[in-house]
Amino acid sequence: MTTYADYTTGAPVTDTKAPSGPIHERWDKRRFEAKLVNPANRRKHTVIVVGTGLAGGSAGATLAEQGYHVVQFCYQDSPRRAHSIAAQGGINAAKNYRNDGDSIHRLFYDTVKGGDFRARESNVHRLAQISVEIIDQCVAQGVPFAREYGGLLDTRSFGGVQVSRTFYARGQTGQQLLLGAYQALSRQIAAGNVEMHPRTEMLDLIVVDGRARGIVARDLVTGKIDTYFADAVVLASGGYGNVFYLSTNAMNSNATAVWRAHRRGAYFANPCFTQIHPTCIPRTGDHQSKLTLMSESLRNDGRIWVPKAQGDTRPPNEIPEDERDYYLERIYPSFGNLVPRDIASRAAKNVCDEGRGVGPGGQGVYLDFADAIRRMGRGAVEAKYGNLFDMYQRITDEDPYEVPMRIYPAVHYTMGGLWVDYDLQTTVPGLFAIGEANFSDHGANRLGASALMQGLADGYFVLPATINDYLARNPHQEPVTDGHPVVQEVLAETEDRINLLLAVDGDRTPDSFHRELGELMWEFCGMARTDSGLRKALERIPQIREEFWRRIKVPGTGEEFNQSLEKANRIVDYLELAELMCLDALHRTESCGGHFREESQTPDGEAARKDDEFAYAAAWEFTGTGEAPVLHKEDLVFEYVHPTQRSYA
Amino acid sequence: MKLTLRVWRQKNADAEGAMSTYEVDDISPDMSFLEMLDVLNEQLILSGEEPVAFDHDCREGICGACSLVINGDAHGPERTTTCQLHMRSFQDGDTIDIEPWRASAFPVIKDLVVDRSAFDRIIQAGGYITAPTGSAPEAHATPVPKADADFAFEHAECIGCGACVAACPNGAAMLFTSAKVNHLNVLPQGAPERETRVLDMVAQMDAEGFGGCTLTGECATACPKGIPLMSITSMNKEWLRATRKAGKR
Repeated sequence: MTTYADYTTGAPVTDTKAPSGPIHERWDKRRFEAKLVNPANRRKHTVIVVGTGLAGGSAGATLAEQGYHVVQFCYQDSPRRAHSIAAQGGINAAKNYRNDGDSIHRLFYDTVKGGDFRARESNVHRLAQISVEIIDQCVAQGVPFAREYGGLLDTRSFGGVQVSRTFYARGQTGQQLLLGAYQALSRQIAAGNVEMHPRTEMLDLIVVDGRARGIVARDLVTGKIDTYFADAVVLASGGYGNVFYLSTNAMNSNATAVWRAHRRGAYFANPCFTQIHPTCIPRTGDHQSKLTLMSESLRNDGRIWVPKAQGDTRPPNEIPEDERDYYLERIYPSFGNLVPRDIASRAAKNVCDEGRGVGPGGQGVYLDFADAIRRMGRGAVEAKYGNLFDMYQRITDEDPYEVPMRIYPAVHYTMGGLWVDYDLQTTVPGLFAIGEANFSDHGANRLGASALMQGLADGYFVLPATINDYLARNPHQEPVTDGHPVVQEVLAETEDRINLLLAVDGDRTPDSFHRELGELMWEFCGMARTDSGLRKALERIPQIREEFWRRIKVPGTGEEFNQSLEKANRIVDYLELAELMCLDALHRTESCGGHFREESQTPDGEAARKDDEFAYAAAWEFTGTGEAPVLHKEDLVFEYVHPTQRSYA
Repeated sequence: MKLTLRVWRQKNADAEGAMSTYEVDDISPDMSFLEMLDVLNEQLILSGEEPVAFDHDCREGICGACSLVINGDAHGPERTTTCQLHMRSFQDGDTIDIEPWRASAFPVIKDLVVDRSAFDRIIQAGGYITAPTGSAPEAHATPVPKADADFAFEHAECIGCGACVAACPNGAAMLFTSAKVNHLNVLPQGAPERETRVLDMVAQMDAEGFGGCTLTGECATACPKGIPLMSITSMNKEWLRATRKAGKR
């Protein structure tokens, strides 16, 4: 009998649609070669956009501005609440306003290197080029970025780079950028160009004659399951970090849209590339429902340390300077506390594993502002980080001005996602994926302040250009209606799944399953992964799945507002996606970026890549629940940034 | 901690609602208020009852989804969002009343969940700067004095939770509307639409059935983001200015 882990390798992905030629001319070339849709014909085309975060909100607004008819969905009660809103730190752009040696090429270089050489060069370069336009766009919308006294924009530095290219709006940059996109979208809703469906969740994708033609979605208020049709479908539904149950994602962020698309033929790339963010507030107990991130900008002025001695339980202020280990400054003298996220997280895990962690359960390290307060004065620290300090104090009941903060890594972002080509199109024609939902730009590790940049680059600038080409080449698609046999089938499958969830009437709550899966994933597919651990997880996940369908209890009915049903239905998909994440992690026997295989490390414990074997993106094809998937490799070619062992020492 | 909860239960928009009483035990002071409700809901599901529906998402105080009236106060006794309220703010043995936002412009959908789409329609009426993608000038072409940028930011912080409306004895939405008017109207980028923005947004606010403002200040006291009461005064000035200007034309 073949098991899930006995995957097969299929044909490699050879055509990424990335143009050839000098890298800085590729985006221009692609835009020029892309066919255009006559403005008068655009209103005849309907585009579905799922999600209203930075990527979805900006795409919906821009497509509508161009004249397309947009039908947009979000599960939240308002498009203004998508989880992009929680991004704190900032957005990168190669403006070089600081005259500190920044350039488009340097942002491109930093991003490829930061991603540990597992991203596609053409895409990353385009991202760096577009970064400068994003700032212009957002300022024009009235996004209140931080400014200097002279009225010009302020910037700061962020983890993993040595220039100040991060634009910010206090600790609420994501909120302000999202509200900018939301307001642009609102203008289009008012103009009748966007038909907005809030509190509506996509449950499946409709593929007719090999093309994405619509979705099945459930109205979360009435429970009504409906079909929506279009000429193209754009998924901007975010990442899948909530597989881990505890993460910094919003409670309802989920993977259903991307996973259902995967089941319908879209390849899923690099699912094991997940980012564990180093500066989160440690958990306090089993009741914990989510983890809260503290912006990594805190690492600009805070110093990270643990006691030199194991099991030192003295309060931090009583531990003398020479008995503290500022381990990041010691191991990485030139980047110090500003090393990339994956490195900072792993270093924290290592010192905790050595028994030098602090706080409850020894799962924490100190982030200390005493020196910064001495150097800058309390007032300056307050002005810079006040809202973060308040947030910390509210959650922990400790005063970070007096006592060092305690931090610990937590799941934060997923670099993996639906495989897309240079046009951001998945392997299902007419299905596009943008923002965190795709895998395209961050390789194996995302740099700080780059998620906002990518979401807006995709939504404002890339997708609106490339989707034109698709629609221009497919101008007269046959209308699809509910009567189509494919639609009937997808609809029936969705209804059956919902009905089954309600019918089991077992003895375990949805959260209990989600928590169990999350703990398993954190242990075996978290910050450090091993062959034996991943095999254990692969054995356990199908058992949990089987138990889920036997013991799940969902009260109420499907024809009403039913949050337990929503949760349970999302867990169905997590229980499959988790398996693919573990398999991907198992097959990639190298370490790179956020993916650390204990078997593959340098003598001093750093991640050791194996470029000869693994310089590819792993795009997985679905073959059935629990069935061994097919691996398609997209070889990554580095013409401009030569892969080296990352060094931040 | 052991607590008695009196929770508003309402099957749907058309059903009659009522307070129901539940007991929860083993509540840790480190739990957030919503995590305490999670405990209640796990208990309810296992006993075959329907869990209490409530809106929540980011649980870090920024998305604006959570919206509970706790012991008569919007977001409870601390000046924060419900998700950032912790059980250490309560005493063992307390009885806690939990209700949805109460305002005619925010109809109840189920239990503690209300419909706040009126806020979206106020933004749609003019809470934006018209700047289609691609049309933007270079970001440094228009310097903004720091004081104006800070003023804009202070108002842009609004999370659209609706606590201001829930706290207001008149159910007015002046603080919400003024926050967006002030954010955009102070910026040079917002100047071309300065008059139409305030007039259209206020007109939409009235059309949605929000109450009139009598400057009681409850809104600013309840606001988890500290939008100042003066925000309303600034909007009134903007509105008067725009009205006079419209009269002259």
